[in-house]
Amino acid sequence: MAIVVLPLIALLQRAPWSTLVHQLRSHDAFTALRLSVGTSLGALAVSAVVGIPLAWVLARRRFPGRALVRALVTLPMVLPPVVGGIALLYAFGRNGFAGRVLYDLTGWRLVFTTGGAILAETFVAMPFLVVTAEAAFRSMDRRAEDAAATLGASPAYRFRRVTLPAVAPALAAGGALTWARALGEFGATITFAGNLPGATQTTPLLAYLDIESGHEATALALSLVLLTVSLLVLVALRDRWLGNS
Amino acid sequence: MNKRSRGLRLAVPGVATLALLTAACGSSSKSSSNTTTTKAAVTGNLNVFAAASLTGAFNDAKTKLTAANPGLNLTYNFGGSNALVAQIQQGAPADVYASADQKNMQTLVTAGLVETPVTFAKNKLQIAVAAGNPKGITSLADLAKPGVAVVLEGQGVPAGDYTRQVLTKKGITVSPKSLETDVKSALAKVTSGEADATVVYVTDVTAGGPKVQGVNIADADQPDISYPIAVVKATKNHAAAQAFVDSAVSGDVQKSLEAAGFSASK
Repeated sequence: MAIVVLPLIALLQRAPWSTLVHQLRSHDAFTALRLSVGTSLGALAVSAVVGIPLAWVLARRRFPGRALVRALVTLPMVLPPVVGGIALLYAFGRNGFAGRVLYDLTGWRLVFTTGGAILAETFVAMPFLVVTAEAAFRSMDRRAEDAAATLGASPAYRFRRVTLPAVAPALAAGGALTWARALGEFGATITFAGNLPGATQTTPLLAYLDIESGHEATALALSLVLLTVSLLVLVALRDRWLGNS
Repeated sequence: MNKRSRGLRLAVPGVATLALLTAACGSSSKSSSNTTTTKAAVTGNLNVFAAASLTGAFNDAKTKLTAANPGLNLTYNFGGSNALVAQIQQGAPADVYASADQKNMQTLVTAGLVETPVTFAKNKLQIAVAAGNPKGITSLADLAKPGVAVVLEGQGVPAGDYTRQVLTKKGITVSPKSLETDVKSALAKVTSGEADATVVYVTDVTAGGPKVQGVNIADADQPDISYPIAVVKATKNHAAAQAFVDSAVSGDVQKSLEAAGFSASK
């Protein structure tokens, strides 16, 4: 318990409370915060668009290799983020096979761009949404869907109007986790997306660089913001995790 | 006085002086340099915090130092000079600090954390591009061309500050794709193919291997790059720390530096 609590107390105690707002409004800090909000929401959106259908397929369809797909999708949760960044670099970098195809088809590069930061965050955060959504799809009461089917609802209609609302609370919880994970991502972002204020210098990157270069006050202020966000997410999800769901 | 006694009167002081000199020099039978005087071997742990650009030369010197000082456990911590300053300020266990610019060393001097620094090497900036120079970069101005992906070092990192100093003086505006934490990280972006060019030191390009080649920056445009080194006051091994500093100024470490392409500090 002390291992967790002591560092947090130290952070609160050393924080520059009197100049907090001033620190956060400084150009670099404000830019990083704004960018982080944008990239984390972008990562959540991509995770939802890709992850929810994927979770549904994993929950409802049997196919050869399903266990392998599930393992691969969950892999980024346990993979060291820097390793994820290196892997992204070799796939989507300028010489990566996917990076070259993307460039030839569209003229876009992902490395060193905000899009790359979103990709890095999605890579590490999407598994949270897939895992939560798959569990929800599995455990929901299928009778409502069956009833809708007998009443003539198409599969798409059933999914939109019956399935999704039924799993919505679980998706919200998974989404909150996914968003928080994306917001806090550092290793994959700095390795793959690089570090440029306004484009790829997200809040965790700036906090790291600030503490590394002696700008303690800004680093502490940014850390406080991230800590507060994390606490809010936990408070919002406490019922789910403390067994009342 | 007859001839013989005059000869003796010259010879005796002469022999005495010779004897004194021989005693002072001690047993330096293995020393191959006429600039190093023999020092007693140092022992114990020695943590040297050094700018990333010193990696090759210092690692090269390590073999000679540990051969001459078998009881010495020498470890290095390489990184951006500014990051190392922050670590030392936070109490990291450094015995020696070697910086790539005076500004970072001055921060520690003002904070009273190091003894008097001494300059031990000089360096020059060079543009680093992929082997074969596919983008045809011939000058700093080419770094501003659209379609050239440039990375530089961040604010407070000496190489980055030196580069921006030169670019400002020449009125060239470069939009880097990323600001890296030290020269090695910036160079890695070029060797891996993610960036087309960066600006590092000539010593980094030399050490960079076959995937990288250098494009020169005129001497007239070069900033004054001098590396200071100092003993950290909180050191627990002052003898070894001082010996390392001395070696960097005029010993085995200095020889490795010159072999790597650094200029002598004078």
